[in-house]
Amino acid sequence: MSKSAVPQPSWRQVGKHAVFPQATHDEIARFDFLTRLNLHLSQSVLPGVKLAYESRVKPAFCAEHGRAPTDRHEVRKAMQKDLHYQFWSALRRNTMEQRQQAGRSVVFRQLGALRAIADAINEGAPTLKLDPSISSPRYATAVDIHCMPGCYHTETVERDIAAGANYDAGLFVTTAGALGSYSDGGGQAVVDWLSKNKPGWSPKRILDIGCTIGHNIVPLAQAFPEAEVIAIDTATPMLRYAHARARSLGVNNIEFRQANGEGLPWADGEFDLVTTAMFWHETSTAAMPRIMKEVHRVLSPGGLTLHLEQPQYQGMEPFEAFMRDWDTYNNNEPFWTRMHEADLDSLITKSGFPAGSYFETTMQAKVDRTLFPAAGGTEGGKLEDYGRSPRWTAFGAAKPGVAA
Amino acid sequence: MSKQQRPEPDQLDPVQMANQRAKGRRPVFFDDPAVERVLSIAMSIAGELSVARERIDTLERLLEQRGILSAADIEAYQPDAAVQEARNVWGRDYIARVLRIVDQDVQAMAGAPEPSLDEVAAELGTPGSDHGTH
Repeated sequence: MSKSAVPQPSWRQVGKHAVFPQATHDEIARFDFLTRLNLHLSQSVLPGVKLAYESRVKPAFCAEHGRAPTDRHEVRKAMQKDLHYQFWSALRRNTMEQRQQAGRSVVFRQLGALRAIADAINEGAPTLKLDPSISSPRYATAVDIHCMPGCYHTETVERDIAAGANYDAGLFVTTAGALGSYSDGGGQAVVDWLSKNKPGWSPKRILDIGCTIGHNIVPLAQAFPEAEVIAIDTATPMLRYAHARARSLGVNNIEFRQANGEGLPWADGEFDLVTTAMFWHETSTAAMPRIMKEVHRVLSPGGLTLHLEQPQYQGMEPFEAFMRDWDTYNNNEPFWTRMHEADLDSLITKSGFPAGSYFETTMQAKVDRTLFPAAGGTEGGKLEDYGRSPRWTAFGAAKPGVAA
Repeated sequence: MSKQQRPEPDQLDPVQMANQRAKGRRPVFFDDPAVERVLSIAMSIAGELSVARERIDTLERLLEQRGILSAADIEAYQPDAAVQEARNVWGRDYIARVLRIVDQDVQAMAGAPEPSLDEVAAELGTPGSDHGTH
């Protein structure tokens, strides 16, 4: 019998905790089918998109205009007429919708039981602080981001956690396990980077903005057990779920608080480290400078801010930028396209950091050997799937001064 | 606006909740939107066939391991009323899953008209246009 072309972990191996939804035999089979489909799309169908561009779309464009496309928008307009691109896009969009449907069908049939577990952990906990005066900003509600029905914020029942549970259950499917069994590859990459680049540094207070289910802040809280960690989001179903998730994983040094990054409820200089993960592309042009100014303000002298994102488009080949832009138009990520052409260096400088403090590096999720036992090989993490690959550009800046 | 009491989890219809569409105008990739629907339906059926195939595989392996059943026993099986009802409940969920895209197009028609993603992108990309609250 032939082996599967790419090592594929089963959803059975996903990292569990008290509020993680239970799945039946068939629900697991459905998640595994969708994982396989995602791998097939990136491994077998996606290469055809580049072939279609190189072999027929670009030559036709050149014949018509006497030059190659110069930006991603020209590539997009030309590619939209190509049958293979249409097919790949239709399948990719549909697979995302199927994954959402599969996750929600698992969550909503057991929502009462899941909520009872979350309630038992959350009720009266001083480490979960919800604030009814905070509502989700327009950029988080204009459309349902990455086709997640109800987005992060919708509450269907009282004390709702469904959006968090659905997000957690499906991350593994969309990324084919490449973020690790707890989908925390981003947070682990940050921990790794800090241990190599700031050895011995131990931030006392850490702030994570737009934490969703807290999957990327948990590794930092574990790496710095003495630190006081605060994770904020505007969406209550995320915060309730994230709090119960972290607690049941034995992580007790994170406070989950409902707050908006555009107006942080802390005095100046209170944090040694401020992080985000895949956050900025879900904000807006107006919000970005407001949030970064707040980041600068709450950082202590000598403090560091670090942000995981997809790479910016500057200097990128038009075809690659077009592929990376796919989510803007086809996966309900309307700000993705503007964010990735923003001048991040200038954003940092205009927020109060001195000129020259901007830095940029690349990070990659560490391969989870519980999911991919074989060394080497072609783990999902090595497949190119543009915005879905577990590789990031990290950017940030240090605030001048000496830590107290 | 007065806050309405939300339903209890067991008052929700999980089938309806699972089929909820994502807010935001859906892109159409093919020249004929009907092709989009048919592809979507075909992929759902492909998924459900894969699920069923895996369940049968599990069953056959267990039965074989334990020396319990033969293929003839499966052929001779007659469901009773309770089993039939369970199959009907499963079947409703199944059809809703397969025909999700038709459902969601109806939801879109029933809702308020939506701006294009281009328009939303332009709105979010313009300084001062943000209506966010702190």
